[in-house]
Amino acid sequence: MDWTWFHRFGSPPHLYRIAGRLMPWFAWPTAILIALGLYGGLVLAPPDYQQGDGFRIIYVHAPSAWLSLMAYTTMALAAGAGLIWRMKVAHALAASCAPIGAWFTVAALGTGMLWGKPMWGTYWVWDPRLTSELVLLFLYLGYMGLRAAIEDPQRADRASAVLAIVGLVNVPIVHYSVEWWNSIHQAPSVMKFGKPTISWPMLTPLLIMFVGFTLLFAALVLVRVRGEILRRERQSRWVAEVVAS
Amino acid sequence: MSDFLSMGGYASSVWPSVVLTVGIIVWNVLAARRSFSEAHAEARRRVAMEQAS
Amino acid sequence: MTPRRRRLFLVIGILAGVAIAGVLTLQAFRENVMFFFDPSQVAKGEAPAHERFRLGGMVEEGSVVRSPGSLQVQFTVTDFQQSVPVHYTGVLPDLFREGQGVVAHGRLGGDGVFTADEVLAKHDENYMPPEVSRSLKAVHPEGAPQG
Repeated sequence: MDWTWFHRFGSPPHLYRIAGRLMPWFAWPTAILIALGLYGGLVLAPPDYQQGDGFRIIYVHAPSAWLSLMAYTTMALAAGAGLIWRMKVAHALAASCAPIGAWFTVAALGTGMLWGKPMWGTYWVWDPRLTSELVLLFLYLGYMGLRAAIEDPQRADRASAVLAIVGLVNVPIVHYSVEWWNSIHQAPSVMKFGKPTISWPMLTPLLIMFVGFTLLFAALVLVRVRGEILRRERQSRWVAEVVAS
Repeated sequence: MSDFLSMGGYASSVWPSVVLTVGIIVWNVLAARRSFSEAHAEARRRVAMEQAS
Repeated sequence: MTPRRRRLFLVIGILAGVAIAGVLTLQAFRENVMFFFDPSQVAKGEAPAHERFRLGGMVEEGSVVRSPGSLQVQFTVTDFQQSVPVHYTGVLPDLFREGQGVVAHGRLGGDGVFTADEVLAKHDENYMPPEVSRSLKAVHPEGAPQG
């Protein structure tokens, strides 16, 4: 099996160049989709039979939660690849995911609290879904903290990668918590096998937001990874050539 | 319009949620760009220093 | 084996180890991880006898009785197999209503009555406009989603 394409991605100048060229292709669709999704969700979608206009928080809450899990999975897989194949760019990729994922975990938790207060009657309970999502935030902060605390870049890469991989078990826990255990948080309406339990006029803007947030994640990672690569490769000649131009 | 702003009485939950999320999106865009431009500027400085020496 | 393969097995080993440890831990502490007990579990004696716990289920239709002039309320929590009477004094959440999901935090008395100090409303994963809900109720009066 010809793995050249894979190993070429491991080349820092190659990834640097590709990321730079790909980024605009993600940036514009991201902005358009998120704007469309917000308009569709906040203005066009009909109110819910039970939660009225309050349900519209779903259009920022669910995509943020999705991004928080997607970012962690990407981070852990990249860190694993970095550990196994000793690819520096994989660690650069993982490091790029962390601050993004952490922020959107905050967004998911914050919007969730604002939604929970009127609907459930409380900002917070230590239920399996909420608690595991909070654990996810701690894992992100732990990953970033480890990186900052360890001087030697290679040891920092390896230690933080182990943490990222260990924490990966939390991702299915977050998602399936509402099914495996009794939880106050409702089951998924979309991210599941089987028909969505949300009407089409409400579902469409939500799907647009999911796609928009996915592209947003990609765009942000593409920007960040280039900075990471420059920092890691600063001794090398190709960096000198690239920044001189 | 006031119907829209009041969000059926849930304005105090919906609008802060939207503002929080949009704020986090904007912050991430700015922070990512800053992270790159700082790395780029630093690399430039290094190259200039090495060429001067 | 090659160093790379050794690293691959290390990563797989870490993941497997953590997953196994996690599963074992959670199995061992099942009762503590259960965020709430449903009435059937309470009837089987699975809920703690002398500690606060959470009781979850549906508010039985027609069971809500409020005491006029006070915040005292009684209702029955059911999972359509067993039911538990609940007493609560306090403000109920907006979404609390008959036929709606509920999670109450409190203690089970010797008389089988659950005295709650906190009542939260739980809603399901169905979202639909009011007219869809109305037409569903017209077709299936009992089977329509109650949240």
